[in-house]
Amino acid sequence: MQFGIFSVSDITRDPVSGKTPSEAERIDAILKIAVKAEEVGLDAFAIGEHHNPPFFSSSPTTLLAHIAALTERLVLTTATTLITTNDPVRIAEEYAMLQHLSKGRMDLMLGRGNTAPVYPWFGQDIRQGLAIALENYNLLHRLWREDVVDWEGQFRTALQGFTSTPRPLDDVPPFVWHGSIRTPEIAEQAAFYGNGFFANHIFWPTSHSKRLIDFYRQRFEHYGHGTKKQAIVGVGGQAYIAKRSQDAVKEFRPYFDEAPVYGHGPTLEEFTKGTPLTVGSPQEVIDKTLTFHDAFGDYQRQMFLVDHAGMPLNMVLDQLELLGGEVVPVLRKELASRRDPESADAPTHAGRVAAKYGDGPARQPRPNANRGDNVTGASPYQDSDASAEYPGLG
Amino acid sequence: MNDQQTSGAEPFRLVVVSGGTSDPSSTRMLADRIANRIGARAEERGESVRTDVVDLRSLATEITTAIVSQLMGPKMTRAIELLGRADAVVASAPVYKAAPSGLFSSFFHVLDNDLLIAKPVVLAATAGTARHALVVDEQMRSLFAYLRTMTVPTSVFAASEDWNSRELGERIDRAAIEALLLMESGFAEQVRSESWNHYQHEFGSAGGTELEVDLSTDLMRLATGGSALPRQQRD
Repeated sequence: MQFGIFSVSDITRDPVSGKTPSEAERIDAILKIAVKAEEVGLDAFAIGEHHNPPFFSSSPTTLLAHIAALTERLVLTTATTLITTNDPVRIAEEYAMLQHLSKGRMDLMLGRGNTAPVYPWFGQDIRQGLAIALENYNLLHRLWREDVVDWEGQFRTALQGFTSTPRPLDDVPPFVWHGSIRTPEIAEQAAFYGNGFFANHIFWPTSHSKRLIDFYRQRFEHYGHGTKKQAIVGVGGQAYIAKRSQDAVKEFRPYFDEAPVYGHGPTLEEFTKGTPLTVGSPQEVIDKTLTFHDAFGDYQRQMFLVDHAGMPLNMVLDQLELLGGEVVPVLRKELASRRDPESADAPTHAGRVAAKYGDGPARQPRPNANRGDNVTGASPYQDSDASAEYPGLG
Repeated sequence: MNDQQTSGAEPFRLVVVSGGTSDPSSTRMLADRIANRIGARAEERGESVRTDVVDLRSLATEITTAIVSQLMGPKMTRAIELLGRADAVVASAPVYKAAPSGLFSSFFHVLDNDLLIAKPVVLAATAGTARHALVVDEQMRSLFAYLRTMTVPTSVFAASEDWNSRELGERIDRAAIEALLLMESGFAEQVRSESWNHYQHEFGSAGGTELEVDLSTDLMRLATGGSALPRQQRD
């Protein structure tokens, strides 16, 4: 079981101080937050992707590669990478590069994005969003598994003899989570490929997320990747923690009330009652998080949202101290004691290398020589199946 | 759902949704008269009706919360459960400004589109003047058509001057018998059991009960590695 934090990358006015951080300040802050996450013993850090203010994270792999250099254990991931408006070829290349630079300490979560104006900025149409997401992943899946891809689809230029470089680290593709809150096609795709499924689990009650998770588990088994229990599930959540429950409520309320997404709507009390949000003592956060396990069964990754709605950096860092120091250690112990030995381990590069190669050596692709036209022909690597063909003279 | 027809024991489940805001409210009184008439007519025919009332006044803050954040409070959740199990609905709105009240409309706007498919609905409205009389048929009826309900032919409108009129009682009686006959026929149940899949649904709709997934669609083929191109363009 992995615990981590996921950030939307919003730059929001602090409703208490009235100050809006600059982009530079917020980007510096996210680096400190990520480094702190590792320091307090968390396992994963995820960043969102947005292409409009007030968000900064347009280039997640650049940010994550930098964080990889600042950390040693933390798994860097996304929440989410836009599989609709990004070219899947660029996703294949950029995330494979991140995988090499982070020595496998990365994975990614794919999402569609629900901001309609973003689609045309990238030459797409939100009305086709789901079909684009599904088709783009079909291509991405192959780009990381086949040295040479011929491909034709509806939403991007056809590919002939295309090789995505660099090949994945140890020729083991990055692990992929498919994120969705209500789209069975996305859960079906995750199940079909044996990938992970992630439920955002922020705005809706646990019962809502459970429906699609159950469907994914059932389909994962249907496609022969393992039993329902062995399916790989990640779940979001949201907490504000203070030593004393009443302090948590007092400190968090102004941020809750002004939060861009649910502010001026339900009261803090209504929202904590009806959704996964906990505002309270470490014990209250522990108790609520264990109810997620009651509903979903063993799952592999729990992410918390802790840095949004204008919360200042020092407040977020305090949250991480409490999360990593008092909440997660208890959860690790409790969930380990509940864990079914049959359920899957959290996905790691080392685990996936071992699954593919056992004790044998991992493949390390070495390109064939440049023929002088900047390509290597039909057989790009020395160990590719077909031998390279060179134009003859007669 | 309607196995009471054969066993004779289970009452029909009628749910009254009233948008009235005062207590007592004429909108609620009109709805009660219709519900009572349905009950009396059922009794004459050896049947019984169990009526639950959803008074939107007490759901007002939960309705606005649902609009701005999609969060369903406990009272909304209970109302959705009642409506999901209902054999028929009486929907009664006050008219203030040539339209059913915002509270009434908002309640139905946040319900799943599928919750009320094929269910018999009696439409009723009250107003201070007869000038609002067509609001029921021109505005409320289209809302319930969108929700794919089976609205009964007679709508019941009561302006101040109607309350003491004999004709209002007759219209109530007509609407009541129409609703009762539709319940007796098992129309809603039969549509929902035989033809449910012909309506467009979203996963988890109908108050979280609609969990069937059609795996044979073009998008599902695409999800499992197939092509997005229409079939005639493939190969």
